Amino acid sequence: MWLGLVVVLPLTALVLRPWEVGLSGIWSTLTEDRVLAALRLSFGVSLLAALTNIPLGLMTAWTLTRYEFPGRRVIDALVDLPFALPTAVAGIALTAIYGPTGVLGEPLAKLGIKAAYNPIGIYIALLFIGLPFVVRTVQPVLQDLDREVEEAAQTLGATNLQRFRLVVLPAVLPALVSGFSLAFARAVGEYGSVIFIAGNMPLKSEIAPLLIVIKLEQYDYAGAATVGLAMLLISFGALLAVNGLQLVLARRGRA
Amino acid sequence: MSIDEILNRRRLIATAAAVAVVPGWASAESGKSLTLLNVSYDPTRELYKDVNAAFAAYWKSRTGQTLTLNQSHGGSGKQARAVIDGLEADVVTLALAYDIDEIATRAKLLPANWQSRLRNNSAPYTSTIVFLVRKGNPKGIRDWGDLVKPGVQVITPNPKTSGGARWNYLAAYAWALKQPGGTPAKAEAYLSALFKNVPVLDTGARGSTTTFAERGLGDVLLAWENEAYLSLEEFGPKFDIVYPSLSILAEPTAALVDKNVQRHGTRVVATGYLNFLYSPLAQDLIGKHHFRPRDPKALAKYGAKFRKLPMVTIDGEFGGWRKAQAAHFADGGVFDRIYRR
Amino acid sequence: MTLLRQGFAGRGPLVRLPGLAPLFLALTLLVLGVLIVLPLGVVFHQAFARGLEAYLEPLKQPDALAAIRLTLVVAAISVPLNAVFGVAAAWAVARFEFRGKSLLVTFIDLPFSMSPVVSGLVWVLLFGAQGWFGPWLQDHGVKIIFATTGLVLATTLVTLPFVARELIPLMQDQGADEEAAALTLGAGGWTTFFRVTLPNIKWALLYGVLLCNARAMGEFGAVSVVSGSVRGLTTTLPLHVEVLYNDYEFVGAFAAASILAGLGLLTLVLKTVLEWRHSGELSASRRH
Repeated sequence: MWLGLVVVLPLTALVLRPWEVGLSGIWSTLTEDRVLAALRLSFGVSLLAALTNIPLGLMTAWTLTRYEFPGRRVIDALVDLPFALPTAVAGIALTAIYGPTGVLGEPLAKLGIKAAYNPIGIYIALLFIGLPFVVRTVQPVLQDLDREVEEAAQTLGATNLQRFRLVVLPAVLPALVSGFSLAFARAVGEYGSVIFIAGNMPLKSEIAPLLIVIKLEQYDYAGAATVGLAMLLISFGALLAVNGLQLVLARRGRA
Repeated sequence: MSIDEILNRRRLIATAAAVAVVPGWASAESGKSLTLLNVSYDPTRELYKDVNAAFAAYWKSRTGQTLTLNQSHGGSGKQARAVIDGLEADVVTLALAYDIDEIATRAKLLPANWQSRLRNNSAPYTSTIVFLVRKGNPKGIRDWGDLVKPGVQVITPNPKTSGGARWNYLAAYAWALKQPGGTPAKAEAYLSALFKNVPVLDTGARGSTTTFAERGLGDVLLAWENEAYLSLEEFGPKFDIVYPSLSILAEPTAALVDKNVQRHGTRVVATGYLNFLYSPLAQDLIGKHHFRPRDPKALAKYGAKFRKLPMVTIDGEFGGWRKAQAAHFADGGVFDRIYRR
Repeated sequence: MTLLRQGFAGRGPLVRLPGLAPLFLALTLLVLGVLIVLPLGVVFHQAFARGLEAYLEPLKQPDALAAIRLTLVVAAISVPLNAVFGVAAAWAVARFEFRGKSLLVTFIDLPFSMSPVVSGLVWVLLFGAQGWFGPWLQDHGVKIIFATTGLVLATTLVTLPFVARELIPLMQDQGADEEAAALTLGAGGWTTFFRVTLPNIKWALLYGVLLCNARAMGEFGAVSVVSGSVRGLTTTLPLHVEVLYNDYEFVGAFAAASILAGLGLLTLVLKTVLEWRHSGELSASRRH
């Protein structure tokens, strides 16, 4: 009942609203250059950021579970910060850092890299918000990894690298995939932290959620709902595909 | 028991009720208490802070009633959208008449002829678009033509979401059209070159000023005259103001939202508020905050800083907002086209 | 899928790649330092840029206090709602077989993959003056959008999955044996729930509530669509940060932001303490 009220009812509105303008209206909205570019950018950069977060997250989780060092607990807790920090705050802070006069923005600019106000800025913001998702899904698996298998591999004379590749990696792969999909899903929809740093140039650095807001401000409710629905469907499809992949991986892992 | 006490008690009960049960908190407050909501655009934050305080004092002295003035600011389009979606503004003071037109046509909250109800096209003050450049003007930016030079970075907000940005855009277009041999096609090509030099499109005028002043990005900011002067105050003498050879007469408009004042029973005080904007006291505040007052006395007092320059008008040059909006800013209009090049 | 779990370093002869330890450690610290600690540092650095006085001043403004109060009210309503819903949903999913169960789980997860902007938009489509129920609501003097109710609805939708997601794996793991035993011994349904079920899940529940609360207080995208940003009335703390930022009150903006960051840090501390003391009970859900 509650679910119906809070999730299903609003979704119905989202699904039905675009039809006001008919199929042709939906089609013409979706084929607008700006809409296509924004969707491509949102999903593209999110994919890239989520992919980058795989090695970064795996490494972080690895360090946190396998090594003892002073301050490990503090660092472990800090991993969750992007999750607890309000996105708008993160956006302002990141812009301050990577802007042309920022701590990192200035040296980067000297190297000819413009960090803020273009897709690199979006990428950085999405890295920031996605990292905890990968770390937190991989970490428990690394901890619970069957010690005996690793030991057995060791006795069989497998090198460290071999053991990592043949024993550890297959075991954490499903978790990596699900961490990736969470980071990806979160990144696609992200608004608060991105708009400050993105630059918001049409066709270049304008993300899909911003386009929804812009459409809304032009009183184009159906258009806004269309873009929202398209985003939801694409990320839903992507999540389904990832879940399917995960099932395959899990089965292969068991076999 | 004074009105104050009643109001306080009412608020206390309302808050307690809100904690106990969710719905209808805000509706409990809208009853008959004397509050006004002015929904305005971005650069009037400082102005209405002062105007509201002055009007509350004036109203108290005239009627003995304590008036609470609530204020909301944001991009002009966003604010109009909020009112259309049900934000119960008693008065709207927006960057352009088009946004109030939209409230009239889409939500029918006020009559279509609203702009004739107050003096001076319902615009208690005017403003214009100027350039803000870095101290000493290192890039030598004097006029619109300099904005398309290679290596010049121009900061302006997104005309799709910001009222001020639309004035910027139209001023640039009008200048290009008035150049020798100027045609709409050439003006479009000029704008296309201009927006190639824009590295960031913020969603509102304030965002652009922050990008230019605080983040240090860009060589020139296309800004409201009042925002340009405010930047000098806020960020110190790091900038110079440059007046181009031609600009546009911006008339930010104010209107009563009939349906909402009817619902709130605030027609009298809301009308009083709008008329107050034309009073010598408010006009003085308007001049103080760098908007161009209508009142000759206030204009004389602050006139020195308001450089006289040739200005086109939206009605004269573009045939009114409705036509300008449809031709330039609607989906598929000129602005969309220049990004597709 | 479990978020935000922390555990213990492995002991015994696991693959550790000891030779790579310094390299990995350095890289991890670098990544976390640049990506996470630096933004946090910037927030506090900017907030205290002009000393303690300048830091406290903007927080004493009536608008700031109203924003803090509103944030607390919104969280105080939407978090308990989601806690109750989370327990009910987890109970239904873990204890009963019914048709459409996987659909239910999908819907619980859905807000995760929805853009916060969309989560706000849907309420405007429903209850805005131009929305489906808008005109009716207006005729009856009920305000939802641009009022506390709308903020609560948007926040609730965004934070919906958190509690349910924490509880479902745990309750599935625990099974219904203890509850069945209690019922056989003659305890009523509610008694069983309060004496058996609730104590079993209390730490996971608290954990979920903590996460839900952190997100609820910090939500920006969804509430910005339904707020109308009337100062002192419908601006939550994250929106107030934006307002101050646009007022050129940078110190004030970062001061307000530092409160939110502080709340986030407090959440992390509580979470760490919780895990440290009740890691056994929590570990059940960790394996999923």
